[in-house]
This record gives sequence, structure tokens and C-alpha cells, in this order.
Amino acid sequence: MDSLELTSDQKDVLREIGNIGAGNAATALSKLLNQKIEMKVPSVSIVNYDELVEVIGRPEETIVGLMFRIQGEAPGTACFLLKVEEAEYLVRKITNDPDFSLFDNNKENEIAISALHEIGNIVTGTYLTALSDFTKINMQPSVPYLGIDMVGAILIAGLMELSQVTDDAIIIDTEINQNDGSNEGMKGNFLLLPDPESLIKIFTALGIKYYE
Amino acid sequence: MNETSKVIKVGIADLNIVSAPNTIRTSGLGSCVGVVIYDSSKKIAGLSHVLLPDSHTTKQVNLNRFKYADTSIPYLVHLLIENGARKYALKAKMAGGAQMFQLSQASDVMRIGPRNIEAVEQKLQELQIPIMASDVGGNVGRTIEFNPEDCKLSIRKINQGVFFI
Repeated sequence: MDSLELTSDQKDVLREIGNIGAGNAATALSKLLNQKIEMKVPSVSIVNYDELVEVIGRPEETIVGLMFRIQGEAPGTACFLLKVEEAEYLVRKITNDPDFSLFDNNKENEIAISALHEIGNIVTGTYLTALSDFTKINMQPSVPYLGIDMVGAILIAGLMELSQVTDDAIIIDTEINQNDGSNEGMKGNFLLLPDPESLIKIFTALGIKYYE
Repeated sequence: MNETSKVIKVGIADLNIVSAPNTIRTSGLGSCVGVVIYDSSKKIAGLSHVLLPDSHTTKQVNLNRFKYADTSIPYLVHLLIENGARKYALKAKMAGGAQMFQLSQASDVMRIGPRNIEAVEQKLQELQIPIMASDVGGNVGRTIEFNPEDCKLSIRKINQGVFFI
């Protein structure tokens, strides 16, 4: 498969997938933090590498990325992306330690990293379980890969499997945010990037024709 | 800095060439490798943002030759010579090829950084282009910018500032 095109029906289905997955994940995060989390309508787009990076930010902006390979019947990649301040906010909330930072003297703080892994596990696990229940397709997340680095570097590293097959990726992007009234708050992006061959399975499972 | 100089940006799996006083830049190199090939006296340089090592492993029908080390580097050399560079004078500098994720069970696909470095080095050797300097490997992303005027490659990493090779 070289170039991808989606009909509006297919886009709707993928948007619904993002809705269900991220909705459940946002609920899990909300319970974890004991705070209200809001979610935006997911966007579905077909992008090349540079555009993919632009969805999240400037290529050299620093970001915290939790990357999962989805194994099972419909392989793909899932990411949960946070800005550094937002990841710190999240870790502070969870550890109840207001002074936590991701870096101590430029070295990664192990407890913070471990907490982020765990958060990633919970939210992505929830996302995929919801998806799996909805589509009746078996999907399992790998262990989380955590990276704190430039947007371009993180995203492309997570896309290696995909990049051998195609130059375009389908992304289902859902933004969640939380605001407790103070200036702090957090905003994150869930990205789901199905491998091209998984699309056929997802569409078939949901009764949508893949080819027109 | 010359006021009229421009920065040419090279995207992911892309390449371009530049001549002084302009500079050429690519951002957010992770496991990808940025290869600069230049002719110092002609003050012309090319930059390729290599994503994958080997085009033979592709499952694509229409090959994107800018994506692979073995196809993009020869094309870059061709483009440079077409624009006035001399084959025998070409030299190279490279950066990138990090391993972004620390893995317990590193699969071949995830080891892409080191494989990219290897593939680039091999191709440059084949084309008899000497590598003058490199900053490769590790586990951090890089943004690089090359100035064909002084042939310096600036490298920026997060939390580490900028240095030149």
C-alpha cells in the first residue's frame, strides 16, 4: 500500500474509535488524579512524517512521550504525549510531592520516570481495552517506551515499523485537558497509528467496506 | 551573520543542497542520521535526513529514495556534482543515529539508530567520501545546522546546549 485515502464513513469510524478509547482513558486518568478531565473531539488525518511532527509541535520542542507497540490481531502504535511541565504536574499530583521535577541536575529522576511509566500503562491500557471491546479485535500493549526528547526524535522512533511500509500514517489524535482553576493544568495527546494492514481488520470488524 | 543568509530546512526523509552564505538545517534527529556532504572550496553542501538503512527491506511499491541511506546518499552526491561540486573534493560530516528508547528486549526494528549509522558509513566509504567528523549514537535527539562558509556543523541536544564539529 503506497498512498492512503479514507472515505468520510471510514473517517467517522476512526473518530469514533478515538472517542471511545480516549474517553475511557480520560476517565481512568480522572480517577487517578481525582479531578475532572475534559476531552476534545478526535481528529483523524492522513499525514506524512513532517506533518505528523507538526501535529504535536515544533520538531525540536522537548516532549515526554510514552510509546506502545500494539500487538495482537491489529498491530499499530499508540502514544501518549505530554509537555514536560505537564508531565511534571501529573507526577506531582500522583506522588503528592509538589517539588517533583523530571530532571535532577540534568539527570532523569527515577521515581518520576517510574510514575510516568505507570500512568502510561494505565491510560493506554484503558484506551486499548475499550478499543478491543468495541471492535472485538484482540489488542495488547507492549511495555511502555518512555522518551523525553525532541518531538521529531520521539515520534519518528516510534514509527519505525510503519515507515518500512508507507510514507503516510493515519493518526487518530485526541486531546485531553484538565484545569483545576489554577494556572497549572495539563494537556495531553493520545495518538493511535494503526499499521496499514490493521485498517482492513478494523473496518471489517465494524462493518465498513475498506474498498469503495 | 550575513543579513541576507537564509536557513534551508530539510524535512524527515528529505534532502536538499545549499551554498554560502546560506545554511542548511534539519531538526529533531532521533534514530535518523543527518549526513552532510560538502565541497569546502566551492562552499556548497548537501544534507540528507536518512530515516532507514536499506531500501531492499522495503515493502513499498513506489520507493521513496530520500528515505534510505543506500539510495539517498548517491542521489545527494549526484545533485551536488550537478551544481558545481567536485567529486574528489567531497567530504562528509554526520550526526544522529541515537537509540531513543531504552529497551529490555530490543528488537531489530528498534535498533534502527546503530543500523542507520553503519549503513551511512558504509555507503560513504563505497563512494570514497571521507568522514571528517561525526557525533552519533547515544540516546538523545539532535538538531543540526551546517554552514558551508566555514564547514562547521552545529549540534544542539536538549539540556546540553550547542557545540560544533
